[in-house]
Amino acid sequence: MKTNQRADQPLLSVEGITKSFFGVRVLHGVSFELWPGEALGLVGENGSGKSTSMNILGGVHQPDGGRMSLAGQLYAPQSPREAGRAGIAFIHQELNLFPNLSIEENLFITDFPKRGGVPFIDRGWVRKRARELLAEVDLDLPPTRLVGNLAQGERQLVEIAKALHADAKVLILDEPTTSLTRREVERLFAIVNRLKSRGVGIIFISHALEDVMHVCERVTVLRDGAVVGTDLRERLNVPAIISMMVGRSIDAIFPERSTKPREEVALRVRGLTQRGVANDVSFDIRAGEVVGLSGLMGSGRSELARLIFGLDPIESGTIEVAGTRLMRPTPKASMAAGLAFLTEDRRNEGLLMDASIVDNIGLTFLKRFRVGPGFVGGKALNTTAGELARMVHLSTDRVQDTLAKHLSGGNQQKVVIAKWLLRRPKVFILDEPTRGIDVGAKQEVYRIINRLVEEGGAVFLISSEIEEVMGLSDRILTINKGEITGSFERSGFDREAILAAAMAPVGPKREATA
Amino acid sequence: MLVSEAVSRRAEREAGRSRWKAAARFILSEYLVLALCVLYTLVMIPFVPEIATVEVWQNILSDMMPLLIVCLGQTIVLIIAGIDLSVTAIISLASVVGASIMTQSDGYLSGPLAAPAAMAAMLLVGAGIGLLNGLSITRLNMPAFMVTLATTNFFGGSAIWYTTFHSTTTSIYDLPDMFISIGDRDIAGIPIAVVIAVAAALIVHGVLAYTILGRWLYAVGKNPRTAYVSGVPVRTTILSAFILSGMLAALASIVYTARLQTGTPILGERILLDVIGAVVIGGTSLFGGKGKVIWTVFGVLFLVLIDTTLKLLGASLFVIYVIKGSVILAAALLDTLRTRYLGVR
Repeated sequence: MKTNQRADQPLLSVEGITKSFFGVRVLHGVSFELWPGEALGLVGENGSGKSTSMNILGGVHQPDGGRMSLAGQLYAPQSPREAGRAGIAFIHQELNLFPNLSIEENLFITDFPKRGGVPFIDRGWVRKRARELLAEVDLDLPPTRLVGNLAQGERQLVEIAKALHADAKVLILDEPTTSLTRREVERLFAIVNRLKSRGVGIIFISHALEDVMHVCERVTVLRDGAVVGTDLRERLNVPAIISMMVGRSIDAIFPERSTKPREEVALRVRGLTQRGVANDVSFDIRAGEVVGLSGLMGSGRSELARLIFGLDPIESGTIEVAGTRLMRPTPKASMAAGLAFLTEDRRNEGLLMDASIVDNIGLTFLKRFRVGPGFVGGKALNTTAGELARMVHLSTDRVQDTLAKHLSGGNQQKVVIAKWLLRRPKVFILDEPTRGIDVGAKQEVYRIINRLVEEGGAVFLISSEIEEVMGLSDRILTINKGEITGSFERSGFDREAILAAAMAPVGPKREATA
Repeated sequence: MLVSEAVSRRAEREAGRSRWKAAARFILSEYLVLALCVLYTLVMIPFVPEIATVEVWQNILSDMMPLLIVCLGQTIVLIIAGIDLSVTAIISLASVVGASIMTQSDGYLSGPLAAPAAMAAMLLVGAGIGLLNGLSITRLNMPAFMVTLATTNFFGGSAIWYTTFHSTTTSIYDLPDMFISIGDRDIAGIPIAVVIAVAAALIVHGVLAYTILGRWLYAVGKNPRTAYVSGVPVRTTILSAFILSGMLAALASIVYTARLQTGTPILGERILLDVIGAVVIGGTSLFGGKGKVIWTVFGVLFLVLIDTTLKLLGASLFVIYVIKGSVILAAALLDTLRTRYLGVR
C-alpha cells in the first residue's frame, strides 16, 4: 500500500516508545509507521498497550524513551492540546460531546470565532462552517440540533467533523464501531475512505477484527506492550490475527459442552406484550439449554430481556420461572424466583464502579450472609466473593481493596457474572456479555456459560455478534420489531437464514389472537 | 559507569515519587482532620491559653454532642447522595412540641410520665417529617434538595405558629427537672448528653458498617441504577435514610432543649451551615457513596474547636462566619480532589 501512495516519508513514525507506570513497564519499545492516506488497524487484547500508546500519541502521557515524528518533524506533545494543534485528533470510545449543546456549539466549543475583537460569537459564520463540516461527513442535520437527540453513530460523525475543523492529519478512532448499527458502520467506513483519499492517516483501534480487516490496509498487533507484527491486510486473516494477539492458536473459540438440554422448563414466557416493545412473545427455555436471541439493532432484543427481568412494565402475558409464575415482575421478585440479568450497560447498571469487588459481588444476595438482626457476616462474604473471583478467573485476588473501576473491561464483566453466580440462578439472561472485552476474556466468559449450563442452569443469550449466538446456543430465536420471527435448532443453524429471519417483515397478523 | 549513574538517578526519582506519595496519602487520609485539630490546638495555645484548660475542653465536648447527633443523620443522607436541609426545622418543631407537652405551666401532661411521653413525641415529629421527606423523594421523584428546603420552611414556620398557642412569649419554659437533667447531670462522671451522643454514634456506625441496610445505603449512593438492577430495595433505603436523619435531629433537639431548659422555635435556626459543614469537613462526600461516623466525629470536633477559639479570641459573629465558611469551602475542595485524584472511598 505504501508504494502506491507515492509519499516519500511516513506521516507519523513511532520508534521504540517505552513507558512505565510506578516501576512497571507497560510498553517495551513500540514502533510503527502510518503513511498518508492509509488506515492502520491497531489490535490487541486489553492490557496489550494500545491505550497507553495512543495516550502517548495524544499527549496525555509522555514516553520514557523512544521518539516520534510527525510529517518529518520531531513530535513530543506535552499535553492533549499540543497534540491537537500538531494535527492529531483522538476520537474516544466514550465520546467527548456535550449532550445539552447543539451540534454547532459542540463543533466550535474550544474556539468560538469572535467578530472583530468583541466578545460576541459570530453566529452566522458558525452556522455556515458547521454546515460545511457536516456535509463533509455526510450528516444531513441542522447544526442547531441538540447532540443529546442524536443517535450514537451521528454523534461520532460530529466528533469526526470536529477533528476535520481542527485540520487533523492523523485521526485515531478508538473502538468506533462497537455501539453502531450496521448501517451506521457502513457510513463510517465511507467517510474513513473519503478521509484517506484526502491524505489523512487513520489509526483504527478495535476488537471487531472483521471491521479492521474491512477498512484497514495494514494491521499492527500488540501483545504485552510490544508489537508482535505488522502486515498487509492481504496477508492476514482473522484467525491469524487472533493467534498473534493471544500468543497461541485458538483451536476452538467456542468450547464444546458435554451435556444436552434437560426436559424440565426453566423459563416459560407466554404472550408477553408491551406496546411498541414486545408483541405476543412466547417461548420456553429448558434447564441446561442456551437459547440465543438474534436481531438487528433496535429490534427489541434488549428490551425483551428487560421486560422479562422486570425492569420495564408489561401490559399482558405471563412469565414462569421453574414453574413459579411471576406476578408483578420487579428485579427483586425476578431474582427471588431464580432469574439473573447481565445488563449490556456495565458501567451504569452492572457495576458500582467506585465499590470494591466484594461489595459488587455481594450486592445481589446480602441476605445470604445475614447474621442476627440484619447484620452482614463480612468474613463469610469475603470468603465467598474470593471463591467466585477465582472461579471466573479474575485477574486479581485482592477482592476487598480493588475497586471495580480499576479493572479492565473483561475483568469488570467477570465481576458482573460473579455477582449473579452468587445467587445460583436458574435462568441467566445475558445481554451482550462480551461487548468491549478482548478475545481471551471472551473465551473465559464462554467457558463460564458452559459450566453454568452443564450444571443445569438455563441461559438466554442476547448478542449482536451472530457468530457468538451460533457458537453457543442450542436454539436460536430471531426477533424483529418486538416479535419472534423465527426459531432454529442447532442442527439447522445457517447464518443467511438466521439473518433473513431477523429481517423478516412483521405484520398485524397476530393481533387477532392477542 | 553509565549504568550505575542511570540506576542511581532512577533510585532518586523513585525516592522522590514515594515521598510525594506519602505526602499525598497523608493529605488524603481519614485522620487528616484529627491531625489538623491537634495542630490547630497547638498553634492556638500562645493566643488563647485557655484552650489548654480542662474547662474549655468540657465546653467543647458539651457543644459537640447535640451537633454530632444531627450530623450523624446528615452523614447517612449524604451517603445516599441526598441532602437533608429540614433538620433545623425538625429541631425547632420537636423542641416546642415536646415542651408544650411537658411544661409545668399548663402542659398537656404532668407527673413522672410527662417527660418520657414528650421525648417520644419529639422523636415521632422527627420520624414523621423524615417520612414525609422520604416519600416525596421516592414516590414523587422530587430532588432531596427541593423537598427538604420546602419542608424546612414549612415546619420552621409551623414551629413558631405552634408556639403562639402555648406561650405569650417566643418560648415555652418550666420544663420538668427530670428532662432538664439530660442537659446538666452526669452518669458516673460522664454527662448524660455525652452518653446519648456516643450511643447514637455507635449505633449509626454499627448500621453503616455491619448491616445489610448499611451496604444498601452505600450502594444506592454510589449508583442507584445498579443497586436497583441488583435487587436492592432502593426506595426503602432512601426512605430509611431520611427517617433516621429526622429521628436523629429530634434526638439532638432533646439534648439542645434540655440544655437550654426551654422549648423554642428558633432553636435550630443557625446550625444548618455547621451541620452540613462538619460532615463535609470530616470527609463524607457530597457526591454520595462514601462517609463514615468517625469522619463526622472529627469534622464536628474541628468545627466546634474553631468556633470556641474564635469566641475566646473575642471575634465577632461575622468573622466567625467568614472563617467557618472558608474552612467548609476548603473541605469541599478536598472532597473533589480526593474523588478525582485518588479515587479513595
